[in-house]
Amino acid sequence: MDRSRLQRVSPHEWRIDPTGPMRVPAIIFADEALIDAMDDKVAEQICNVASLPGIVNAAYALPDAHWGYGFPIGGVAAFDPETDGVVCAGGVGFDISCGVRTLLTGLTRADIEPLKLALADSLFHQVPVGVGSRGKLVLEFAEMDAMLQGGAGWAVEHGYGNAEDLPRVEEAGIMAGALADAVSEKAKIRQRQEMGTLGSGNHYLEVQEIIEISNPSVAASFGLRLGEIVVSIHCGSRGLGHQVATDYQREMAIAMPQLGITVPDLDLACAPIRSELGARYLGAMRAAINCALANRQIITHLTRRIFGHFFPQARLDLLFDVSHNTCKQEQHRIAGRTRSLFVHRKGATRAFGPGHAELPPALRKVGQPVFIGGSMGTHSAIMAGIGDGEEHAFASACHGAGRQLSRHQALKLWQGRQVVDDLAARGIIVRSPSSRGVAEEAPGAYKNIDAVVDAAHSAGLARKVAMLAPVVCIKG
Amino acid sequence: MHKEQAVQFPHGADIGVRGIGNSRAAAFAQAAAALAATVVEPATVCPAEEVAITCTAPDDRFLLYDWLNAVIYEMAVRRMVFGRFEVSLEGQTLHGRAWGEAIDPSRHLPAIEPKGATMTGLRIEQAQDGTWIAECVVDV
Repeated sequence: MDRSRLQRVSPHEWRIDPTGPMRVPAIIFADEALIDAMDDKVAEQICNVASLPGIVNAAYALPDAHWGYGFPIGGVAAFDPETDGVVCAGGVGFDISCGVRTLLTGLTRADIEPLKLALADSLFHQVPVGVGSRGKLVLEFAEMDAMLQGGAGWAVEHGYGNAEDLPRVEEAGIMAGALADAVSEKAKIRQRQEMGTLGSGNHYLEVQEIIEISNPSVAASFGLRLGEIVVSIHCGSRGLGHQVATDYQREMAIAMPQLGITVPDLDLACAPIRSELGARYLGAMRAAINCALANRQIITHLTRRIFGHFFPQARLDLLFDVSHNTCKQEQHRIAGRTRSLFVHRKGATRAFGPGHAELPPALRKVGQPVFIGGSMGTHSAIMAGIGDGEEHAFASACHGAGRQLSRHQALKLWQGRQVVDDLAARGIIVRSPSSRGVAEEAPGAYKNIDAVVDAAHSAGLARKVAMLAPVVCIKG
Repeated sequence: MHKEQAVQFPHGADIGVRGIGNSRAAAFAQAAAALAATVVEPATVCPAEEVAITCTAPDDRFLLYDWLNAVIYEMAVRRMVFGRFEVSLEGQTLHGRAWGEAIDPSRHLPAIEPKGATMTGLRIEQAQDGTWIAECVVDV
């Protein structure tokens, strides 16, 4: 990134002062190496976000930020309905409520190692993954609507997982304010056979070993022990979320002239939070969040069943489930006053600090778990929200390493079969229906996750707790 | 006479698709071919089944957005892959035909699932030599 526009505020914070249509500054969290490697388009896009009506404080880009559409991936912005703030479908993204949940197995690497090939094959064959895959559960409209209102709670009612899981899911597993009626028939048809599917691209189910503990007391509170195995599931609201985004992006773009809104990029199409369209989108988007929560709950059930076959003693308790493509109404202290804001996080994870009222009692003392996903051969990280994070980016932290190479560049450098073989030589078993998909998602296509996690930690967005190394990866 | 082309171009984590043709309609058809090729190699697709798609939009940009998203929708709900497209335009109404077959992962080796066509870089232009270009970025 060209540093000429940037003012360095601290070793991990860079500021672009408002110019032209920008209403607030743009803030980028990164160290020197990350900022130099970051695409100039991130600065352009985050400055565009800073021009949206009703934005509060600043538009933020996190250390894993990369070029997206409308918002950069790794972008955060909050809007106040009291000041004509907007809701922006492109600020949430197509994969609404894409997120990660992590399960604690209590097993060790030694337990897993002799069975990992059979475990990988079983997970690959029983958890639907890849383009065109279907879930075993087919939802008709009435049941679909119940799922869209009930989220993970609906899934538990239908035998997928346990009631004890729900407090460990954001919103206690049920996103309030969902409007199933605001979701189009097309979106519901698209989802009909996709419940309990991982999808493709960067989505995965990974069996991981805890290889480093940075914060022993928080790790202990999370139930993380060195050398033990966890399972992380990364996926979202599947076709339903994609269609909700498509439908409302179009409707907002067409309605903007009548709403008196102009934006520098059509992918920032938006509507006032207090408009009929804005309220309808929020209802549909919240329904899509419930779809994602139900989806991850069903995959959790499948995962437990498979682990139960190999390891009858393993419980697979849920550590937490947190989304990274959302718009949430939250209370934040701004200049000494509590304001109710609509916080957009696109490729950004909510990271509530200790004491936050929305955290379940078991986590309230230490802060919310934050999951930073890797890519097959790379480490993943578990961080924790901190109180100071509230001041930096509305309690938000990064969500992954962030791409450094495009899919085209990755395809020129790697072949899927070779990636799988190289990882197998390192003891990492990858199962995927798509050789090309594996090449596009090759570990080298992503930034150094250690640098991203260190930058997030040093910038005060969240604190490091543990690092995870992949053992088995089921890749979409 | 220019050759019709379906082209993909890099866009970070996503993929750009560009259709080039001798007419606006041909460019739209080629943009869909570029989109379909993000999923599978077109040569592996047997044109066993035809799917008709109609869209109407207020301008060309929205028409391209609607067309590509309609193709994504049909691929998703029919569990199909497409290898060839034809488009005719009547004002701002598009009549499209897509040829393909049910997805067979072992034979088609699908790469990635497009989530939706975005409005980033939506461009429909006629070059000075008369060639039409239709392009946008697809979230994958």
